Amino acid sequence: MSTPYLEFLSTELGPGLVAGLWTSLVVIGPSVLLGALIGLTVGVLRVYGPVPVRFVANGYVSLFRGTPLVVQVFFWYFALPFIKIGGVSIVLDPIPAAIVSFALCSGAYQSEYIRGGLNSIKRGQIRAAMALGMTTRQAVTSVVLPQAFRRALPGCGNEIVYLIKYSSLASLITVNELTGTATTIAKNSWRNIEVFCTLGVFYLFLVTVATGLLRLLEDWLSVPGFERPKS
Amino acid sequence: MSESSPILEARGLVKTLGGNRVLENVSLNIGRGRVKVLIGPSGAGKSTLLQCLNLLIPPDSGRVLLEGSEIDARNRRELCSFRQQVGMIFQDFNLFDHLSALDNVRVALMKVRRMSKLDATERAVAELTRVGLADKAALYPANLSGGQKQRVAIARALAMDPKVMLLDEPTSALDPELIGEVLAVIRDLAQGGMTMILATHQISFSAGLADEFIFMERGRIVEQGSPAELLAKGANSRTKAFCAKISELTGEADAEFRQ
Repeated sequence: MSTPYLEFLSTELGPGLVAGLWTSLVVIGPSVLLGALIGLTVGVLRVYGPVPVRFVANGYVSLFRGTPLVVQVFFWYFALPFIKIGGVSIVLDPIPAAIVSFALCSGAYQSEYIRGGLNSIKRGQIRAAMALGMTTRQAVTSVVLPQAFRRALPGCGNEIVYLIKYSSLASLITVNELTGTATTIAKNSWRNIEVFCTLGVFYLFLVTVATGLLRLLEDWLSVPGFERPKS
Repeated sequence: MSESSPILEARGLVKTLGGNRVLENVSLNIGRGRVKVLIGPSGAGKSTLLQCLNLLIPPDSGRVLLEGSEIDARNRRELCSFRQQVGMIFQDFNLFDHLSALDNVRVALMKVRRMSKLDATERAVAELTRVGLADKAALYPANLSGGQKQRVAIARALAMDPKVMLLDEPTSALDPELIGEVLAVIRDLAQGGMTMILATHQISFSAGLADEFIFMERGRIVEQGSPAELLAKGANSRTKAFCAKISELTGEADAEFRQ
């Protein structure tokens, strides 16, 4: 008969998942930041960029939203080394490959929220900014984007929550993050149900923390007219 | 530059929007310290004309000149510097909703005129004081009344030291009881010698202010002349007929038109 759950948790499962949690954070943190940065840039370019740039940006979004993330993860890890340009090829380690996959995929989704936010700001405000002598770039960065970002934040937060969970796909390219570690422990202990239910609790914890941080950010950016309705 | 030469001049402006000729060869000019009032039915092209005058809407053909030199709309630097010198007030205020009243006035001073934060703050406070809103500097647009928003918009434009101001129906979006405070600011500006082109339906107010009425209809200037001339008792002008119709609708006393 196997050890009781609590003992299994404190001796084997818990320490293993905590180690995996740190690896997950190493993957998720940069992916969130890069993804947001890409999303912001691409979103702005899709709305205000010159036509050829819009075309390229739209193509990027179609490609990365239109293919399964698993395929993208495999591409960056397994296929990229085979692409040689001038005899040079790039080989990514598992963690960087995971970060690149998640950041690019997340950026494609984030850009859509940013685009929606940008379009929700009345054109009159750009006109007013230009009437004061601002260039289009100044009008976008100091007038439209700060407002659009506030409007887009709930959606962007949604995407971040989603990213936390799809970071589990990193386990497929040998990253020993939460899901990777859990899979190994489950295989060795034959205690699938306990391991994966506990894994679920770990993700729930991560998402809860992230949601709290996003709330704080929303409150911090809150100005009259852009506040979160208080119940 | 002599006193009489125009500050802002438009020659032969033509604009087609969505297949409609909105401006049909419109020319006008305005000298320093003058106030011209654009009147006419809605859809006459007043708004388009004002936005063509500072090239927010690029005209299909025609030229815009500031102090005698033509503005090249393709030269971005020249365009931005031109627009700084031409203040614009919009019907729906167009305040920047994420910025306080102070920052609304300050942002262009810092971004466009590259003033230090300290200098920009000082200037912004001075302009807000001028429109009577020094105590509202910290409030956001969401917490200001319509009249206060429009006064912030005026302060924002004035802070750029414009040579001429274009006002596009500045009181049309306001509740009746708030119109007075905005008109008072506009009157102060006119009396202070600001050059202005004002599109409005406030006939009796503008008759007391304007050097010239410009009556527009279907994209053309139909009549122009001093209010006294166009609204004189025996005058058989289109302007007078239009004004009579407005006053009938809004209940303005007819006596107010007479100079």
